[in-house]
Amino acid sequence: MAGLTGRRVVGPSPHIKEGTTCTSIMLWVVAALAPSALWAVVTMGWVAAQLLIVCIVVSLATEYGANLLARRPQTLTDGSALVTGLLLAMSLPPRTPWWVAAAAAIIAIGLAKQLFGGLGHNLFNPALVGRAFVAVSWAGVLAAAPNRGWFQTLPDVTAEGLDTISGATRLAVAAADRAASGAYGFDLAAEYQPLLWKNLEGSLGEISAALLIAGGLLLIVKGIIDWRIPAGYIGTMAIVSLLFGADPVFHVLAGGVMLGAFYMATDYVSSPMSKSGRLAYGIGCGLFNAVGRFVGAMPESTTFAILFMNGLAPLIDRMSRPRTFGWVKRDA
Amino acid sequence: MARRVFRGGVHPPEHKDATAGSAIQWAPVPSQLVVPMSQHLGAPCQPLVEKGDRVERGQVIGSVDAMVSAPVHSPVSGTVTAVAKTLTPGGTSSVAVVIEPDETQDRESFVTVPEAEDRDRVRAAGIVGMGGATFPSVVKLTPPKGMAVDTVIVNGCECEPFLTCDHRVMLEQPERVVAGAAHIKRIVGAARVVIAVESNKPDAAEALRQAAGDTAEVVVLPTRYPQGAEKQLIYALLSKEVPHGKLPAATGALVHNVATAVAIADALEHGKPLTERVVTVTGAVARPGNYRVLIGTSVADLIEHAGGLVGDVERVIAGGPMTGQALGSLDVPVTKGTSGIVALAAGVAAPAVSDDQPCIRCGRCPEGCPMGLEPYAIANHAYRRQWDAAAERHATDCIECGVCSYVCPTGRPLVQLIRLAKAAAMSKGGN
Repeated sequence: MAGLTGRRVVGPSPHIKEGTTCTSIMLWVVAALAPSALWAVVTMGWVAAQLLIVCIVVSLATEYGANLLARRPQTLTDGSALVTGLLLAMSLPPRTPWWVAAAAAIIAIGLAKQLFGGLGHNLFNPALVGRAFVAVSWAGVLAAAPNRGWFQTLPDVTAEGLDTISGATRLAVAAADRAASGAYGFDLAAEYQPLLWKNLEGSLGEISAALLIAGGLLLIVKGIIDWRIPAGYIGTMAIVSLLFGADPVFHVLAGGVMLGAFYMATDYVSSPMSKSGRLAYGIGCGLFNAVGRFVGAMPESTTFAILFMNGLAPLIDRMSRPRTFGWVKRDA
Repeated sequence: MARRVFRGGVHPPEHKDATAGSAIQWAPVPSQLVVPMSQHLGAPCQPLVEKGDRVERGQVIGSVDAMVSAPVHSPVSGTVTAVAKTLTPGGTSSVAVVIEPDETQDRESFVTVPEAEDRDRVRAAGIVGMGGATFPSVVKLTPPKGMAVDTVIVNGCECEPFLTCDHRVMLEQPERVVAGAAHIKRIVGAARVVIAVESNKPDAAEALRQAAGDTAEVVVLPTRYPQGAEKQLIYALLSKEVPHGKLPAATGALVHNVATAVAIADALEHGKPLTERVVTVTGAVARPGNYRVLIGTSVADLIEHAGGLVGDVERVIAGGPMTGQALGSLDVPVTKGTSGIVALAAGVAAPAVSDDQPCIRCGRCPEGCPMGLEPYAIANHAYRRQWDAAAERHATDCIECGVCSYVCPTGRPLVQLIRLAKAAAMSKGGN
């Protein structure tokens, strides 16, 4: 009689499984960011490579060590620590001292992720928590190490009074100009091209908006991220810019908006799960980012806008539960 | 007709090419048949024969006096060699009548079901839902008082991957499907018949259209799992949702599988009891195909007839891979609800689930759930034995289609945990 030989599995249905795994999702994110990271190394050289290496290695080491301490199974292969390290590096300026970057990675993985229980349990985006930690702890250090490089011709303004971690970027310049005279001291439209392809002022993730957008679209097409979050985010940024009489194209291309909208705000764990919730969350991110930029004294408010919305995500989930098929409306 | 796309769902690789072109062939009469007394939802039958008794093909060998049940008939002429417990494909134990068939068998003759009123004849023929649910058909043909059936829906979606038995029945016997549908329509006094076919079977849809003329509408629906689930099918065709806790008849619709419709036509026109069915034997077997199989034939015999298992087979499934049962032993009989035997090779079969993988809140399960549930949340409650909280998230509305587990990137056993939550809610008498 024909028998079942070898491994015999008697499990409950379903007996087939879609191939997407946590690791494959994380690797797609890495693949989407890879061109931006490589371009950063090409344009910035060793400083960018060093930052990437420090953030990624320290993230992985912290993940490993935390699992060891907590006596949990190792989780390096799920790819999430790699993504956090990469995102963190992309969110920092290339001249960030290596020990600041290392501290940020330890905070990101150790505090924001592992102390909360590891992958899936963190309320806030780990990479952004790491960046926020740097922003509040070493703002001076970072501000003192701007990379002017290609943009030497920009008017040299001090970033005093501006919570900027990346030196006097053109966003800071724009904000300072607006504060001083209500008008811009330089032609914003002329900045589109550099912002899209080669802007050496801000973080690694500000060098080329075009490459970030391309990677983000790849993630949307592959079904890794939901278009609603970046669409809500960027759309709201643009609309609020218009309301404030500012150039919407400049404001969505400048600063951390593209990195935030496509790669940070879309982090599964810290964003809502329903479609409508994601749209609301994206709009919220864009709104707070814009408010920080136009009303507050924070031209680079992406980090805190998304962290704030991370905190609201559970509430958004509660308010956007799907209606069960066959129920007239959801019973509260 | 207003047509809608049901919410959620997935489109797994179909794997139907191996057998979609294989005409239905008789599987040989095995040396022994094990015919379980419980092949349906409801009260198990009592055996009416004893060891040593002679039985004829079509003779009633088990029945019980209960509203929700279905009598069992001998698929062959032969001798009862035992009445003993057997494992069923569902993994449960059932009393079975073991029959040694005579040397020569006439598959065209059988003891006919006595002339009677239509519903009684369907009951006496032992017909159950052959899509896999095995709910006694007569019960569905008897809607509760005050519920009028307006539309008979004949379900030819066959949305499960791998299976092609319904496809072949529609293609080879379209006039029998149409005849069965007409009988059902007459019995329940419906106004119209709709035959639903997924878009991956255009040849079946065309054959049915030819056979039906203007007696039935043939509707082609998008190929998307679980299109053939009763509630999703009704919604797709009629834009009506079966209300929570209500029968599908509450929408004026009555759904029967195509094979069931054929069985009903055979019972009413020829007095034929349900003693055989078409089974797709596919996957990692040498000769995949669609076989007409006598009920009680062992899965092992059937696989052997299909050339045996090939390579490293990890799971053998009775039914489709999304909702079927993994067999621990091949020494179980084909029953009225066995639509397929699918051998899944290592690499095709799902990896074993692990209950300590985290939810990464990717949102794939609520997006895929055709019932609008949040599987991750119900599963989390079930994992912590918070049964009331799971019930508040409408665990009992789950249709167990398995989409959530299918899509979960960390391989969490979502539908499995939801089943526990359902069982807990049912045992408390909730719905």
